[in-house]
Amino acid sequence: MAELLATSPLEGLVPLSAGPFTLSDAGVARITSVAPFAGKEKAVSAALKKAHGLAFPAPNTVISKGEARIVWTGRGQAFLIGADPAPLAGIAALTDQSDGWAVLRLDGPEAERVLARKVAVDLRPAVFGEGAVVRTALGHMMSVILRAGAGFEIFVFRSMAHTAVHEIGEAMRAVAARG
Amino acid sequence: MRIDGKGLIDRKTALNFRFDGRSYTGFQGDTLASALLANGVRMVGRSFKYHRPRGVMTAGSEEPSALVEVIERGQQTPNVRATVQELHEGLEARSQNRWPSLRYDLLAMNDLFAPFFGAGFYYKTFMWPRAFWERLYEPAIRRAAGLGSLSGKHDEGIYEKAFAFCDLLVIGSGPAGLMAALEAARAGADVILAEEDSRMGGRLLADTVEIDGRPGRDWAEGVLAELDAMPNVRLMTRTAVTGAYDHGTFGALERVGLHLAQPGERPRECFWRIAAKQAVLAAGALERPIAFADNDRPGVMMAGAVRAYLNRWGVASGKSVAIFTNNGDARKTADELTAAGIEVAAVIDSRPDAPALGDYRLYRGAQVTGTHGRRGLEWISVRDQNGERRVEADCLAVSGGWNPTLHLTCHMNSRPVWRPEIAAFVPVDGAVPGLHACGAAAGVFSTAGCLEDGLRAAGAALEAIGQKAPKIAAPKAEDGAYDISPLWVVPGERRAWLDFANDVTAKDVRLSAQENFRSVEHMKRYTTQGMAPDQGKNSNVGALAVLADATGRGIPETGTTTFRPPYVPVSIAAMGAGGRAAGFAPQRFTTSHEASVERGAPMIEAGLWYRPSYFPRMGETDWRRACNREVHNVRGRVGVCDVSTLGKIDIQGKDAARFLDFVYTNTFSTLQPGRVRYGLMLREDGHVMDDGTTACLAENHYLMTTTTAAAGLVMRHLEFVHQALRPSWDVRFISVTEQWAQFAVAGPRSRDLLNSVLDQKLDPAAWPFMACGAVSVSGVAGRLFRISFSGEHAYEIAVPARYGAALFRDLVARAETMGGGAYGMEALNVLRVEKGLLTHAEIHGRTTAFDVGLEKMMSKKKDFIGKAAAARPGLLGAGREQLVGLRPLDAEREIGAGAHLFRKSDPAKREFDQGYVTSACYSATLRSWLGLAFVVNGRARHGETIRLVDHMRKTEVLCEITDPVFFDPEGEKVRG
Repeated sequence: MAELLATSPLEGLVPLSAGPFTLSDAGVARITSVAPFAGKEKAVSAALKKAHGLAFPAPNTVISKGEARIVWTGRGQAFLIGADPAPLAGIAALTDQSDGWAVLRLDGPEAERVLARKVAVDLRPAVFGEGAVVRTALGHMMSVILRAGAGFEIFVFRSMAHTAVHEIGEAMRAVAARG
Repeated sequence: MRIDGKGLIDRKTALNFRFDGRSYTGFQGDTLASALLANGVRMVGRSFKYHRPRGVMTAGSEEPSALVEVIERGQQTPNVRATVQELHEGLEARSQNRWPSLRYDLLAMNDLFAPFFGAGFYYKTFMWPRAFWERLYEPAIRRAAGLGSLSGKHDEGIYEKAFAFCDLLVIGSGPAGLMAALEAARAGADVILAEEDSRMGGRLLADTVEIDGRPGRDWAEGVLAELDAMPNVRLMTRTAVTGAYDHGTFGALERVGLHLAQPGERPRECFWRIAAKQAVLAAGALERPIAFADNDRPGVMMAGAVRAYLNRWGVASGKSVAIFTNNGDARKTADELTAAGIEVAAVIDSRPDAPALGDYRLYRGAQVTGTHGRRGLEWISVRDQNGERRVEADCLAVSGGWNPTLHLTCHMNSRPVWRPEIAAFVPVDGAVPGLHACGAAAGVFSTAGCLEDGLRAAGAALEAIGQKAPKIAAPKAEDGAYDISPLWVVPGERRAWLDFANDVTAKDVRLSAQENFRSVEHMKRYTTQGMAPDQGKNSNVGALAVLADATGRGIPETGTTTFRPPYVPVSIAAMGAGGRAAGFAPQRFTTSHEASVERGAPMIEAGLWYRPSYFPRMGETDWRRACNREVHNVRGRVGVCDVSTLGKIDIQGKDAARFLDFVYTNTFSTLQPGRVRYGLMLREDGHVMDDGTTACLAENHYLMTTTTAAAGLVMRHLEFVHQALRPSWDVRFISVTEQWAQFAVAGPRSRDLLNSVLDQKLDPAAWPFMACGAVSVSGVAGRLFRISFSGEHAYEIAVPARYGAALFRDLVARAETMGGGAYGMEALNVLRVEKGLLTHAEIHGRTTAFDVGLEKMMSKKKDFIGKAAAARPGLLGAGREQLVGLRPLDAEREIGAGAHLFRKSDPAKREFDQGYVTSACYSATLRSWLGLAFVVNGRARHGETIRLVDHMRKTEVLCEITDPVFFDPEGEKVRG
C-alpha cells in the first residue's frame, strides 16, 4: 500500500514578492469550524476558555492565545485554528475545514494598499487593527481576511488559490511600481 | 512661443515628442497642448461633423477641440485631450478625424454642404428607404463624422481599480480646496485631497494672484508642504473625481502611468471608489465662450487659458492677442500679457460702460463679428457704434464669464439655481448629502472669498462628523467684485459655434426650437449639443441661453440638462480593470487538475470549475472515440472520475432531519446512519431547484450533495430557510465542498479497485447500494458512498483535499491495469443519459417534479418548501411537457439538444410545437443516438413517432418517444 502524499494548495504558487511586498503560505495547520448549537454559546465559550484560554469571538474579531486562535467567520460561526476542537463536541457543530482553504500571508509596509485593489473594506490599521477579521469579497472571490501584525492573513477557497495568488500578485506589482 | 523666465516648467529637462509624424521639443511640466502652442502648432485636429480646422481652446480637462490620438506600442488611445496629456520623452500623438492629412482633409467639403447638415439632418434626410439606414447611410455617416478611432485590438494595458476611505474628501486644490483640506487636516480628520491636474494649486498656478503678500503659488506650496507632512492626509494628484454616488461614495479616475515614458508595471489608470464621510467640492469654475461667427478658428481661445499658458507654461498663445469679453476679467488678461511683452491688439468689451484701466486699445460696447485666416486666426472683425473694423490678431482671448463646476452636485438629480448677478447657475445646498460646495464652484469668484468659503465648508463638514474645527484665519487676498453683463451670441448670419466638440451652432439650437424641440432635454438630443466627450462643459449654459431666447423664456425657466457621471471621460478599461479574459471570473481547479492536464484532457468550464472533457489516447482521432472507450470502460470494467466539484454541505443539529424533511420533497428523518438517499428540492414556486444525495453520517449529522453549478444557490436557499422561515430550529450547516476530494469509481470492477487501495476490504453485505461510511485509505481517514450516476455498481470515495491529487493518480493507474481508466464529462454525460438521470439541462428552472416524472417523491405526509405551489392548476396533468426518451428511427442519425419536436403531419412552426430536446448523446452501449426531451403529455405517448427539427443545425430526424431510462431499466447492475 503506497502512502498518499499530501499536496498544499499553494504549492508552486508562493512565495512571491514584488518591491517591498511578499506573499507566502501562512502555514495554518488545522482549521475547525465551530458553530455553537442553539443556546450553547456560553457553554462553548466556557469550554474554549478551559481548553485553550479562548472564548467564542464577537463578530469581526479574532481571539488568540499562544498558538491557538479562534476567528469569527460568520453568523454563529468561527474557525478554531491550531487547536483541538474535541472539548466542544456535542455543544457545537464541528467541521474539519483544514483542507478547504488556502491561507496566504501578505507582508510589507502599509500592505493594506495592496488589498485596497481587491477589497472594498477599510483595512487601515486605525480601523482594522490587531484582532480584526472580515469576511468579504477579494475580487470576485469569497475570503476571510484578518490583521496579522503589519500584514494580513487571507483565507480563500482551496480551488481558487491560483486566481487569488495571481490577483494579489498583480496588485502587489502595481502598488510596488508606484514606489 | 516661449516667454523667458515664466512658467512652472523645468527648462533643464527637454523632451522630444512627435505630433503627426513631425518631431518637436518641449519641457518637463508641459502638456501636449502647451508644447504644441510653444512650437507654434495652432491646428491640431478637425472637427466632428464639418471637419473644420481646430486648435487648442482651453487649458483643462474640459477641452472640446484639441482631441488627439496617443500612440504607444500596442496601444492607440483616441480622444485624448491634449490639455490633459502630460508631455513625456518619446510621446507620439496624431490628429484625428482627417483624411488624408490634417492640412488637406477631403471631408472638409462637409463644411461646404453645411446648410444641408444642420441639426436633425440625419433623421430627416435618411429616413427612406428604410432598409438603407443600416446598410448604407449609417456606416457612411459614421465614417465621415467621428472623433478618433480604435485599434480594433484588445486593450492589454495594465489598469487598476482601488478603494479608499476618508473622513473628508476635498475635490479640487485651488484656494478654497487648500483651505478646506488644511482646516480638516489640522482638526485631525482623515483627509483625501483629490486634484485632477498633475499639480496642486488650481487657478493659483494659472493666474498671478497674491495671498498674504506672496505669490499665490508660493502660498500653495507652503500649504501643500504642511499637508504632505501630516499622516492623516493623502494627496492625490492626476485624480479626477468623476461621480457622486449613494452613501458618500465617489468615483475617481487617476492617471497613473500615462504621463511617463517608462511606466514600468505602473497601471495606466486607476479607477478609485472613495468612501468619504463628508466631502467638499472646490472644483472651481470653467470659463465659457461667446458664440460669434467662426469662433472655432484655431487661435480663438479662452482668456483664462491664455493666462494659464503664459503663467504656468511660459507660452505666448499668439504674437498679437485680442481680447473679447463681457466681464471685468479682461483687464487681468491684458495686464499680464502686456507685462510679459506680448502685444495686446485690442480689448473688445461688450459692456458699453466698460472702464478703461490699462494701456491698450479698448472698444466699449463692441462685439467680435467674425474671424479670418486660412488655417488659423489672422484678423477679426469688430463692430461697435462706429461701425465695423478690422483688428489684426493671431490669437483671440474670449471670456463669456464663468460657470461654477457644480456637476457633481447634480449627480443625485438635484438641479442648480440661476444667480443673475453672476449670470451663472450655482449648486443648491444639500444637493448631494454630505457634499459642501465652496469657492468658485459655489459662485464665489474672488480669491479672498474662496479662501474664506473653503474654511466655511470644511467647518460644516467637520461639524457633521463631530470633529471640532481649529481656529484658522483666512489669509489676505484680492477681493474684487465680479462684474459681468451677459452676452451669449453675437447676432449675425454666419455660423456661431456653441458646442465645438460636436459641431453645434447657435443656428442649430434655434432650428430645434423652431421645430418644436423646445425643452432643453429635447434640444440636446435634437442637436447633439453636450453629447461629445466634453459633455457640454463649454456649451451648456450658452446653448440654453440661446434656446431661452428663441422660445421667449428666461434662462431659469429653461433650466439645464441633467449632469450625470462621469465628470470627465473614464475608460471602460479602468472601470473593468483586471476583468479582461481570464480575469473575468475566478478559476476553480480540482486536486486532479494537473493529472488530467498531463493526460492531455481538454479542460472545460463547468460553473467556475475546470473539468476534463475526455482523456485522449494514442490513435484516437476524435473526442467521440475517447468518449466511447471511456463509456465501455465503465460499463465493462472500471472508470474513475473526479466529482469533487459537486456541492457538499455538512448539516448538524438536533433539528437537522426535520430541516431536511422541510427542504426536500421526500422524507429524510427515516434515513439511518450509514445510508444515503436521493432527494429532490423545490423552490417556493413549486418548480425543481436541485437534486442530489444526502448521506446520514451519524445521528443528527448529514452530508448533502448538490449539483456543481447549484452549490451556491442551494447554500443560499438553506440559509434563507433557516434564517427567515425556521430560525428557532437547531441546525447548523457549512460548505465542505473544498474540504474533500471525491472520486467516482464506477463499473463492475469498482469494488475490486477500491479493495486494492482501502486498508480494509469491503464486505459486500455491509455495503449494499446507497450505503455510506468511514473508510481508511493508506491510513488516511476517508468516506465512502455507494452511489451511482452511471447505473453501474459504483462508489464515490472522499479523502481530505490534500490527498486528492495522490489518490486520483493512484486510482487511475490501478484502473488502467484493470483495463479501465479515467473518464471525463463527455462519458459521464453519456452514462447518465443512458440511464435517464437528470441534470440541470432537465431541471432547468421551468420544470416541476411532475414534469420530470418524480411526482411520487413529493411526500403527502409532511409539509415541504414548494408543496402548495407545486399543486397549482396548470403544473400537473396531460397539458404539461413531460420527460421522455428519444431514439432516432435510424440509430445513426445525430440528434442535438435544443431541437424542437413536432407531430409528423404538422409544419415545423412555433404554434405546432410539441416539446424540445434537453440532452443528447451517442450511446456507445446501445449503439444509437439518444435524447432526453420534454413532450406534451409525453408519458402517455411512448412508442409514438415524432419529428425532431433542429432549426439551428438544419436537421430533421424521425424519433420514437420512449421511456427516459434506456439502459438497465430494472437497475440490476447498480445493485449487483
